Amino acid sequence: MTTLEESLLARRATGRLLVPYVTAGAAPGWTDVVRAYADAGADAVEIGFPFSDPMLDGVTIQEASDRAIARGTTVTAILDEVTALDVGVPLVAMTYGNLVFQRSGAEFCAALAASGLRGLIVPDVPLEECGELAGAAAKEGLDLVLLAAPSTPRPRLRDIAERSRGFVYALTRMGTTGERDEVPEQAARLGRDLKELTDRPVLFGFGVSSPRPAADLARHADGVVVASALMRRLLDGARPRELGEYAASIRRALDQGAR
Amino acid sequence: MTTLMNDPGTTGRFGDYGGRYVPESLIPACQEIEAAFRDAWADPGFRDRLTTLLTVYAGRPTPLTPARRLSEELGITLLLKREDLTHTGSHKINNVVGQALLAQRMGKRRLLAETGAGQHGVATATAAALLGLRATVFMGERDIERQELNVLRMHVLGAEVVPVTSGSRTLKDACNEAMRHWVASTDDSYYCLGSVLGPHPYPWMVREFQRVIGEEARAQCAAELPAAVPDYVVACVGGGSNAAGTFAGFIGTTARLVGVEAEGGAAATSGRAGVLHGFRSLVLQDEHGQVREAHSVAAGLDYPGIGPEHAHLRDGGRARYATVTDDEVVRALVRLARTEGIVAALESSHALAWVIRAAESGGIAPGSTVMLTLSGRGDKDIASIKELL
Repeated sequence: MTTLEESLLARRATGRLLVPYVTAGAAPGWTDVVRAYADAGADAVEIGFPFSDPMLDGVTIQEASDRAIARGTTVTAILDEVTALDVGVPLVAMTYGNLVFQRSGAEFCAALAASGLRGLIVPDVPLEECGELAGAAAKEGLDLVLLAAPSTPRPRLRDIAERSRGFVYALTRMGTTGERDEVPEQAARLGRDLKELTDRPVLFGFGVSSPRPAADLARHADGVVVASALMRRLLDGARPRELGEYAASIRRALDQGAR
Repeated sequence: MTTLMNDPGTTGRFGDYGGRYVPESLIPACQEIEAAFRDAWADPGFRDRLTTLLTVYAGRPTPLTPARRLSEELGITLLLKREDLTHTGSHKINNVVGQALLAQRMGKRRLLAETGAGQHGVATATAAALLGLRATVFMGERDIERQELNVLRMHVLGAEVVPVTSGSRTLKDACNEAMRHWVASTDDSYYCLGSVLGPHPYPWMVREFQRVIGEEARAQCAAELPAAVPDYVVACVGGGSNAAGTFAGFIGTTARLVGVEAEGGAAATSGRAGVLHGFRSLVLQDEHGQVREAHSVAAGLDYPGIGPEHAHLRDGGRARYATVTDDEVVRALVRLARTEGIVAALESSHALAWVIRAAESGGIAPGSTVMLTLSGRGDKDIASIKELL
């Protein structure tokens, strides 16, 4: 089976990478959103497993998480729905340590892999705390994606680039998820540094608000994760088709390249 | 036992608990604080400055008051460590003066803090004013409604109070919001965490800043008690800072350590291992891993987790953790007020409620000696007690 990283590397050969995000359970029919993203040309889809206290997320994703939890969304229910989902691109889980370690990291990874997920992002489990989880993920063929921040010093960045699997998730700025228009200089620098350090795909996340900034950002790395901009639309009542269209508009901007 | 309550090393582990579960963007800030704290704590100049401020400003040392009439009623010897007599009226000031001095030493210009009942927020606003720093305090919208007086105190002290409208709009959400804000402003801001919680080095650092309670109490017990060491050392536990500081002074003695939780916020009693706000510990959560809200009559104990070191002390059996009901707490508060003329905070009254129950039920043998940390004064609670009397 192809890993997340192999899949992204293959797609990188032909263009910039797009990974849209959806909070599982934030609206009925959320799996249709995953399909719509895939149809819109996503290279992978990030699925948020909602947690009550999402420390790294801004207001939009916190609200989506609260809604999903209020709707009775659980890890088991998400995995049941994901198992039946084959959209032709890899699916990556994003959640917090408390859900991952409910029983054990090994059990969580095994359950994700059994449902066909290919990657895992846990923002509150940084380099020092990820050893055991990384081992468990590797055993299941699951790529554990690590984050890099503008504040990360160079030697540490090297360790993160080395130990991350799937891709390196580069934070465009200090702060939480949410939308911003400009490409911060610190993001450009982080992208350059990471590209020097690794051949792994490097994707920017946080603050990718619309097609043009997405394309501008992607110039400094291999692609982007788009979360809040899509989830805000979902919270405002957008249907899967409309979210797919929005993802497609980012796809086109990435393909045309930036100015 | 000598390895308990020492330096948890660079990983910040207390057995299986503790650690540093924060996003990558906060790692350098945590490392910077750890390095600065290690440096400051080893610097006699810093220690002197802290001791001086705690003495001339915060009113330390606090007395150890024998509760004579209540002791007689209960058939024990009860000694009260009077943190309620410090400036701002609770033990929170010990930690905040320490962290504010550290922030100043690190060149930070602003303190960020979370607060539930508002005690830590008021203490932070106070220390910021004292040292010429700015203060921004995050407080759940629901707590703002419930604790109007403390919100006004913070305003008078020049602090900015930011209402938190996400999630349950209480302390745990205020913690989330303070950490989010901190991620975006680590250059000029210092996160002044109020309890033995959060990512390493906070649980250790806050315990060290609160250690003064236990060290003073131990010396005072030695002067007061024929046996020098009390049979029991008791403190209330929300996150657990006054208990951690108290226990630290007695960890190497024969005293039995008891932490008392609110029945509706008993992470040590009914929590499961989990990860919240940057650390691994016992956390109140549902079967799916969503964090539950804590509920008690004392807003200061309404936190769904417990400091990681307490979880470790519990597992090893060095400390035990008990719960009391809101009803017992209110009765204990009134009883102390009427036997000793001391109106304790609802939080501190939890410790007292356990001592009363244990003494009356024989759980504590007659003639035992008990040292109880009275963590704060009850002025803030008068209005809420009125409805419960």
